[in-house]
Amino acid sequence: MIDKTVKSAEDAVADIQDGVTLMMGGFGLSGIPENCIAALLKKQIRNLTIVSNNAGVDDFGIGLFLKQGMVKKMISSYVGENEEFERQLLQGELEVELIPQGTLAERIRAGGAGIPAFFTPAGVGTEVAEGKEIREFNGKLYLLEHALHADFALVKAWKGDTAGNLIFKGTARNFNPMMAAAGKITIAEVEELVPVGSLDPNLIHTPGIYIQRIFQGDRYEKRIEQRTVSV
Amino acid sequence: MLTKEQIAKRIAQEVENGQYINLGIGIPTLVANYIPAHLEVVLQSENGLLGVGPFPKETEVDPDLINAGKQTITMLPDSAIFDSAQSFAMIRGGHVHLTILGAMEVSEKGDIANWKIPGKMVKGMGGAMDLVASAKNIIVAMQHCSKDGQSKLLPTCSLPLTGIRCVKKIVTDLAVLEIAPNGGFILKERAPQVSVAEIKSKTAGKLIVLGEVPEMQFN
Repeated sequence: MIDKTVKSAEDAVADIQDGVTLMMGGFGLSGIPENCIAALLKKQIRNLTIVSNNAGVDDFGIGLFLKQGMVKKMISSYVGENEEFERQLLQGELEVELIPQGTLAERIRAGGAGIPAFFTPAGVGTEVAEGKEIREFNGKLYLLEHALHADFALVKAWKGDTAGNLIFKGTARNFNPMMAAAGKITIAEVEELVPVGSLDPNLIHTPGIYIQRIFQGDRYEKRIEQRTVSV
Repeated sequence: MLTKEQIAKRIAQEVENGQYINLGIGIPTLVANYIPAHLEVVLQSENGLLGVGPFPKETEVDPDLINAGKQTITMLPDSAIFDSAQSFAMIRGGHVHLTILGAMEVSEKGDIANWKIPGKMVKGMGGAMDLVASAKNIIVAMQHCSKDGQSKLLPTCSLPLTGIRCVKKIVTDLAVLEIAPNGGFILKERAPQVSVAEIKSKTAGKLIVLGEVPEMQFN
């Protein structure tokens, strides 16, 4: 059986070079590939284009890349929780492309699914529509949006087997499944790596066909942005 | 004038049994606290959850369970988890019945601006553009005027738009208003002790007053 296991995060990201496009799973800090982020920080690569719904916070997640000046461009839907991000953007050190969240999700999905472009109503009549083809279907206007691809996709799952089959937990799933399919090389890090046969095939969220490398992360901090509790 | 909680309470009266509802950040989130107990509704969070439960107890906090505002939450017995593409498929597909969100400006044609102020740091539109482009019913919760006293109900929006001709109803601290099919804010209800004249003076867009305008009723 195909074994996609690599020993460590460092091995998994060894061939990621300056200037590549990375997709990174997660919503806020939930479901982000923490161990791949730590391994990439040690590599000191630059000029990355990153497709990620958010940009982390100042001292965690993609915020750590920004601090080291590793990012050339962010493609995101919401980037509001990061002061270093704001500084770099205002100084012109960073490019940002803001995309409606559903359009971002569908562009990534399309990229992995062999759909070059699609029509969506999100953004009609707004600055998002500037320069895009608009077409009317059944009396309603839609924008043409194109698929997104990446050189590498970095995804994080709860459990995975050595064949790359993945199961996510809770709302940490978010953008991870679509990104897994849209990466030319997809690296999955999991909290628990198990032998094939251990996961129920009926319960797999992302089939191993989309995964090229898999490893078990050393540790997960899983930082919480807004700890809200009831009494 | 209504408090934020009272605006939320008034909007909760719009909720119908069996609805799937997306609540935005701010006043809309408070609406969940006032939905009558006899109504069965399901709250959608666009990061991938149907059936948003209350905030967890300290011992139940799970970093893998958050809402779209990144707050820790819980699930309910009828909850379902899905990915972001599926989440917006159900939004664009018209399966979410009601979207309640905040706004900086609404025009008399039902255009909404709520994501960007030129000259200020732009955080992004998140899922707002997808939501307003597709929900069957969109209710805006906001203050009638900005902090410096400018009307937020305008002939046309001055800020960059989030969506066009999409808002159906607006609940402010002063009034409940509906967008007329040919444009204009139809004044449906007044906040207690607020006069039609006051609402008229604070509405920059076309205000349509049809007969006697009742006061809002709270139980």
